[in-house]
Amino acid sequence: MACLIIAESSIFTIFVVAYLFYIGKSLTGPTPSEVLEVPIFSTICLLSSSITVHFAGRFLERNNRSMFLVLWSLTIVLGGLFLFGTGREWHRLIYDHGLTISTNLFGTTYYSLVGLHAFHVTAGLIMLSVVLIFGLAGRIDAEQSRRIDVLSLYWHFVDAVWIVVFTVVYIVGR
Amino acid sequence: MASDAISIPAPQVREKPWVDLLHEWVTTVDHKRLGILYIVYALVFLLLGGVEALIIRIQLMHSHNDFVSPQVFNRMFTMHGTTMIFFVVMPVLFGFANYLVPLMIGARDMAFPRLNAFSFWLSAFGGLLLYFSFVGGSGLYGAGNAPDIGWWAYAPLTARAFSPGHSSDYWTLALLVSGFGSIGTAINIIATILCLRCPGMKLNRMPLQVWLYLVMGSMVLIAITPLSAAQIMLLIDRYLGGHFFDAQAGGSAVLWMHFFWIFGHPEVYVLVIPAFGFLSEIIPVFSRKPIFGYPVMVAASIAIGFVSLSVWAHHMFTVGMNSYANSFFAITTMAVGVPTGIKIFNWIGTMWGGRIHFKVPMLFCIGFLFQFLIAGLTGIIQAAAPVDWQLSLSYFVVAHFHYVIVGGILFALFGAFYYWYPKITGRMLSETLGKWHFWLFLIGFHLTFDVMHIPGLLGMPRRIYTYEPDRGWDTLNLIISIGAFIQAIAILVFVWNLISSYFNGAKAGNDPWDAWTLEWSTSSPPPAYNFATVPVVASRRPLWDLKHPEDPDSQYE
Repeated sequence: MACLIIAESSIFTIFVVAYLFYIGKSLTGPTPSEVLEVPIFSTICLLSSSITVHFAGRFLERNNRSMFLVLWSLTIVLGGLFLFGTGREWHRLIYDHGLTISTNLFGTTYYSLVGLHAFHVTAGLIMLSVVLIFGLAGRIDAEQSRRIDVLSLYWHFVDAVWIVVFTVVYIVGR
Repeated sequence: MASDAISIPAPQVREKPWVDLLHEWVTTVDHKRLGILYIVYALVFLLLGGVEALIIRIQLMHSHNDFVSPQVFNRMFTMHGTTMIFFVVMPVLFGFANYLVPLMIGARDMAFPRLNAFSFWLSAFGGLLLYFSFVGGSGLYGAGNAPDIGWWAYAPLTARAFSPGHSSDYWTLALLVSGFGSIGTAINIIATILCLRCPGMKLNRMPLQVWLYLVMGSMVLIAITPLSAAQIMLLIDRYLGGHFFDAQAGGSAVLWMHFFWIFGHPEVYVLVIPAFGFLSEIIPVFSRKPIFGYPVMVAASIAIGFVSLSVWAHHMFTVGMNSYANSFFAITTMAVGVPTGIKIFNWIGTMWGGRIHFKVPMLFCIGFLFQFLIAGLTGIIQAAAPVDWQLSLSYFVVAHFHYVIVGGILFALFGAFYYWYPKITGRMLSETLGKWHFWLFLIGFHLTFDVMHIPGLLGMPRRIYTYEPDRGWDTLNLIISIGAFIQAIAILVFVWNLISSYFNGAKAGNDPWDAWTLEWSTSSPPPAYNFATVPVVASRRPLWDLKHPEDPDSQYE
């Protein structure tokens, strides 16, 4: 998983570099400062889901399965809220501001970078849900905690990437 | 250390119907079978890529030739480059990694056998996808055929307007898919090396081959992924109307160049580093001396890995970067020559004073030493930005990188084939045919690629379809083409050797070369479980210790 994270970081680096390179190079509007709003709520959701997934793992280590399931579900809900937030934002951008991936360079780079991240969140959510189903079926106990740790490592990575994307898109890019 | 195979009485081994055999090979997760699949697959593509090279050479044999049309010529050099890099050298190296790494470190299999199979089939279907473009590339628009954008696929050649139909899409998807396969295999190699070493196999006792595969795997993780990212951007451009590389909308063609070469140059080292590994295994065995300067070799490999990540823009001196960037990349490019030079000295140091056996694997390795040195020197010449402005995009560059890939990597690979074929099949390759192969290939190689430097210096640009008779390039190009055909004959001798020795070769036994690494301690071919008892090693040459209990290496390390 560590290797996969190195490889993934490299992919994200390229997309981030492309985003930074193209800041302010769009020939037509809308520009980021006109349309982007800082998504504070969904950011808080995603970052706190990193805390819940961490403690879920610790509870599983001590074989406290019910607390594990509660915190694990909470992680999925928080991740889902984040995705919902992204969806709302894209809806607003597309329908209110007419910004699509082919409108200008900002649209191209914005949707691919945020979309690449959202894709990783989705993949993470699917894996988390599979674990939840196994957990509800009573198949997960302390023996699996190392495997669960690998998955939460991935989730932490997705969060860490969001911090970079957030900084680049909503702070530097505006 | 007694790790011979358990012998199974003959009546238990029955002939299986071919359907069962086929099913076993397709569904296998065994690292040795996947290794063989990778290697055979690469050999098939080697022949395809070779035919494309011959078509290019026939076309350039004399001025104003019209053997193929300009369009076909463009397709041929694109497919030749893409095939040779992504579907010959990469898979053959992964094949040897799969086969050798677990055996060398005394493991039962790779760390993730199913991921291993998945990665192989991704790479395999990537190759099929690329070649399907000959049939499906014209798409609904009825335009295009195989990709004709060159293997760098510079923007805007890949834009919809200049590349209608689906040929570029096949190229993009093939590289994306096989790129994911490469990442999977790289993860697998690293995890295997770090987690599955047998007792006593400390990091500083691993065979150098394994060290070099560790460096290669790490580089694949960092270097292949930028290509995948860039391919995703290209797909967004072509299918979703994005503007990453669309200069009309403020996008940048230079950005593609950077992304491509951030992948492209480390890729050369991804390819050559395992070749260094082959040399580091073969030269000591045939010089009857342990490798000279093991710790320095490891350090140099890692140094090459790091430095090679910061040299990419030397491919772009002619694009017009500022002088600081030019100086930086010129200096890093020259710096990468230092650890490479250390390696060459260490191989010579290993041979120095040894009892050298001139068997075919060793011949290829000695060929490598000379040719790789020359390739490195022409590389240093071009690292100087002002000289590169003169030479860039000429046949000098073509000669240079073929010197690296054919004269270096391919020679090391041939050495590896002759060295490990007995382990893989249980039979020796014919020495006589091997010597024919070596000498024919050596002569053909030097005829082609030594001479190719000269039209480059005279100003012949690469990728031209034909040229005027009054340029004085005719004779030179004729010699180059003749050399190409001699190489083709040598390859046929090699293929014939592979096939005929499989059926008629002399039985190899466990350890035909009197070698020292763990793979030679088990039977040839190794059983599915590799080692009947888990080996325990105490030095860098475990088999030497086993054969010479009175004077083991472990006393001195």
